[in-house]
Amino acid sequence: MSRQLLLEHINTPGIRGIKAFREKGGYSALEKALKTMKPDEVTEEVKKSGLRGRGGAGFPTGMKWSFLAKPDGVPRYLVCNADESEPGTFKDRYLMSHIPHSLVEGMIVSSYALGANTAYIYIRGEMLYVYHILEEAIAEAYEAGFLGKNILGTGYSLDLYVHPGGGAYICGEETALLESLEGKRGNPRIKPPFPAVKGLWQSPTVVNNVETIAAVPHIINMSGDEYAKIGIGKSTGTKLISACGHINKPGVYEIELGVPVEEFIYSDKYCGGIRNGKKLKAVVAGGSSVPILPGEMILKTPTGEPRLMSYESLSEGGFAGGTMLGSGGFIVMDEDTSIVKNLWNFTRFYHHESCGQCSPCREGTGWMEKILHKFMDGHATLKDIDLLWDIQSKIEGKTICPLGDAAAWPVASAIRHFRSEFEDYVRNPEKIKDIKHYYRLNNLQPVS
Amino acid sequence: MYKDKSEVVFSDDASALIQKIIRRYPDGRQKSALLPLLHIAQAEFGGWLSAPVMDKVAEILNIQSIEVYEVASFYSMFNLKPVGRCVIEVCRTGPCWLLGAEDIVKYLEKKLNIKEGQTTADGVFTLKTVECLASCGTAPMMQIGQTYHEHLTCEKVDEVIDHYKNNTEGTISHWSKDKIKA
Repeated sequence: MSRQLLLEHINTPGIRGIKAFREKGGYSALEKALKTMKPDEVTEEVKKSGLRGRGGAGFPTGMKWSFLAKPDGVPRYLVCNADESEPGTFKDRYLMSHIPHSLVEGMIVSSYALGANTAYIYIRGEMLYVYHILEEAIAEAYEAGFLGKNILGTGYSLDLYVHPGGGAYICGEETALLESLEGKRGNPRIKPPFPAVKGLWQSPTVVNNVETIAAVPHIINMSGDEYAKIGIGKSTGTKLISACGHINKPGVYEIELGVPVEEFIYSDKYCGGIRNGKKLKAVVAGGSSVPILPGEMILKTPTGEPRLMSYESLSEGGFAGGTMLGSGGFIVMDEDTSIVKNLWNFTRFYHHESCGQCSPCREGTGWMEKILHKFMDGHATLKDIDLLWDIQSKIEGKTICPLGDAAAWPVASAIRHFRSEFEDYVRNPEKIKDIKHYYRLNNLQPVS
Repeated sequence: MYKDKSEVVFSDDASALIQKIIRRYPDGRQKSALLPLLHIAQAEFGGWLSAPVMDKVAEILNIQSIEVYEVASFYSMFNLKPVGRCVIEVCRTGPCWLLGAEDIVKYLEKKLNIKEGQTTADGVFTLKTVECLASCGTAPMMQIGQTYHEHLTCEKVDEVIDHYKNNTEGTISHWSKDKIKA
């Protein structure tokens, strides 16, 4: 149960460069696809693999590709979403900075399948150092004849460029990303039309996450059917999980989908258990946007089965009793964590990052942040809990893009599972002053 | 300070790089180069974007100045007021916060004798808090220029501050100076 594909060669010296990457079999999928397969055959393998979008939504990649409109005489584009900014998620930065060529090769094979002759990697502006790493990798690929005109004599041509963002969480939403790539504010577009019909500069466009694209060469090398054998049920393949919070071994782990959550948290192979011998309180399993679950609920499904790290198992029980695999940003909280204050922190984030287009999100996130602040100041009343619930329910599903949902779900789940803690903040405001545990850091004393 | 855009002159290296970047987008879509150009402009002109600098960018891309202002004000990485030579950006979100980001900010405020958002009197440091920088596994962390400083403790913060205090190479920008070559 520890198949490694994306990170198999992560510890190989010099793997950032094209030489070591090729020695480990890199760019063999490119040769196979371009020399022996038709574009539609590549798409067909990706469909068979069951690969699902690794950015958070989990939409089947092959199906997304097959939606791409192909009108004559209109260019098509592939855009890689490398705007990784979901709190708790750091897998794409890890992959791109260590093995940039895995993304470059994936971009070429995927562009070939889609019939795109120009492709862009939209990377977070904050990660400009990774931008330069990718630029070097792309230059090496041009030099090796893997990019540019008439690649490997096959007649297929592709230009690949990196594009830096400017610092905005919303640009991880695919239509906001396209607006941003066009040099505008990152305001999400109303859909339809979807990017597959009218995307970048109104041309048909596919937007895929870094990890999704990096998985494509492995699918081509081993075949879609073989890839589909890895994992469990409809959760095929491997997934990068960014583990962080109060655990002994934070980091990026490539797991075969289907590993039990309990094993993932407590095994020394992965997170290595909770820091300082503390007990597990709660987990946010797929980036800050997904519902928070108490420890016992993340370890077991509502029917009492061990919960697995897969799309289906994590969402078992719906929003009342489950959560989502999301981006794989796995945030673990120990018994001393204040759920209310953590929620205030997340809500401040969504307030800060709301683009301001839709009133429910623009106003609602700020309103929720203010109410949560009242809890921490000891001025909240029990009615404020109901008010918070009411506001989040009026944001969810009522905005152009999913940022509204992403802001509402953490609030709803925190109240659903930890209502007594909110009540405690109201009833015993004197306790609030004593909550110093979130300052607990080995070498750091609270500063007065 | 520049009086108007005619006084704003990019270095030769930056100008060549700008032209190279503009060519990455189809004819007539040169506005797409706006974000990279703003990063380069910020690196060239003291770590922030004044109106004349933004007007110059608009002129280069053949777009209206307002199209630059509205974009520069939307994204968090662009400073629209003067900043210190070295901008410290401390992540304040979720996982970093769980592991003590608030203490790091408080420690920096005390050490530098400024509040978040302010610049030290000698013009060396500006302290900012920012949202998640995708470095949650190495929390708490902060960014200076394009460098991530991770696993922060008070001692590590001291070391980093000392390093930059003694460094007099001019503005530390996100788009590092040595990368401004076409």
